[in-house]
Amino acid sequence: MEPNTRSTGRLPAAFLTPGSSSFIDFLADHSPELLPGNRKLPEGIVEAPHGTTIVAATFPGGVVLAGDRRATMGNMIAQRDIEKVFPADEYSAVGIAGTAGLAVEMVKLFQLELEHFEKVEGATLSLEGKANRLSTMIRSNLGMAMQGLAVVPLFAGWDEGREKGRIFSYDVTGGRSEEHGYAATGSGSIFARGSMKKLYREDLTEQQATTLVVQALYDAADDDSATGGPDLARRIFPIVTVITDEGFRRLSEAESSELARSVTERRLEQPDGPRAALL
Amino acid sequence: MSTPFYVSPQQAMADRAEYARKGIARGRSLVVLQYADGIVFVGENPSRALHKFSEIYDRIGFAAAGKYNEYENLRIGGVRYADLRGYTYDRDDVTARGLANVYAQTLGTIFSSAGEKPYEVELVVAEVGTEPAGDQIYRLPHDGSIVDEHGSVAVGGNAEQISSFLDQRHRDGMSLAEALKLAVQALSRDTNGTEREIPAERLEVAVLDRTRPQQRKFKRIVGRQLSRLLEADDAAVTKTDDPSDEQPEE
Repeated sequence: MEPNTRSTGRLPAAFLTPGSSSFIDFLADHSPELLPGNRKLPEGIVEAPHGTTIVAATFPGGVVLAGDRRATMGNMIAQRDIEKVFPADEYSAVGIAGTAGLAVEMVKLFQLELEHFEKVEGATLSLEGKANRLSTMIRSNLGMAMQGLAVVPLFAGWDEGREKGRIFSYDVTGGRSEEHGYAATGSGSIFARGSMKKLYREDLTEQQATTLVVQALYDAADDDSATGGPDLARRIFPIVTVITDEGFRRLSEAESSELARSVTERRLEQPDGPRAALL
Repeated sequence: MSTPFYVSPQQAMADRAEYARKGIARGRSLVVLQYADGIVFVGENPSRALHKFSEIYDRIGFAAAGKYNEYENLRIGGVRYADLRGYTYDRDDVTARGLANVYAQTLGTIFSSAGEKPYEVELVVAEVGTEPAGDQIYRLPHDGSIVDEHGSVAVGGNAEQISSFLDQRHRDGMSLAEALKLAVQALSRDTNGTEREIPAERLEVAVLDRTRPQQRKFKRIVGRQLSRLLEADDAAVTKTDDPSDEQPEE
């Protein structure tokens, strides 16, 4: 890495060559071995920790993205306090389910890609542009996904042009689709989606939207062994983030613990959670 | 075939230096000053889109005087260097000192290689520390030397005069408004000592603000916030950081 920089101290020619504003393109030209998609794949299946459930919901004025804290390897809990929701930039966030190591690396590269573009161009990408960029990155990971090292993110952000929060979900081939209202990904997503389907309304407040996603994560943890519920004993609570026109904000530990505790407390009386009307 | 004239190395270097200096002197000067909460960059720039100052990395800013295409090239090289280094190691391993060294080597090699024309640029690389004592400012002239500066620095056409003006008046712990006003005062003085007015629309101002909660400390100061800082009474200046004005960099 950086062989030229070290030998002469001077910036290598590639650094001063006019080119695209993409950091990934630059890496592909200059140090292709640093790109996750370019690694040689050995034969066989690799066992690695997996992140599980990510949920998102929009509300008038923004979008909420949240994730549980569990990573599993087979039937074992690999980590109890993993972080799976990250800011992508000032106005967007990404939550990842799938192979934890690769996913975290992909997020790091994605953050850098957006920041690099912003610094070089002096302007940020559109939300649509960011979502497409993520799509390309997942596509380049398809080889590894075929071996069980799949990464499936959920991308949410504030669209400054349209003035609303938007959610994009992906499949392993990089297929991208915009979700309306709410979305979930990962092993517990089926249960989380069912939960949100019954509770979601279009006129939620920010406070209600954050409660909604915590309810959904609780329901996912209730039925999916790979999803972790709020761990009151160890003080490990879901990560809840809110993106509005004021930018990205992650709920403080006090806020998320308050949220998780009140949901858990109500479940002590009503284990299946709030009920929707029959008709 | 005619015999080439002999030119002594001293003469060749002196000619190249003069060429570069003349190019730089055609551009407008800019100043970089430490203030209580960070480092402020001030320059006269009629363009809204072609910046003289920009963010390189979390705590590192870049300022340049001289030929735009040449310093823009160096700026992007620096962004690539910083991003690659931060990606390979860690964000904390990207330092202004490292970046300044790479720029110095690059400028030095270009300056002394006979095949290339010297760059007509003068750069400043600044890093804001968590404490004022940790601030670092490096000035990089066209020939690849590095000067470690403290307090204030000016580069560009009228730099020497502006520097001495600033040296006499700059002190540690100034508020942002005070430092900004001092910078504008310094920039408004012409070579013959007369003062002219620089309207706020022609000023480009950016800060590396160590009190910013974000990891990235670089921020442009534009519009209302800029005019408020320029108008502020020195007594009431520190309270200018209204959070509603916190705008992300474009």
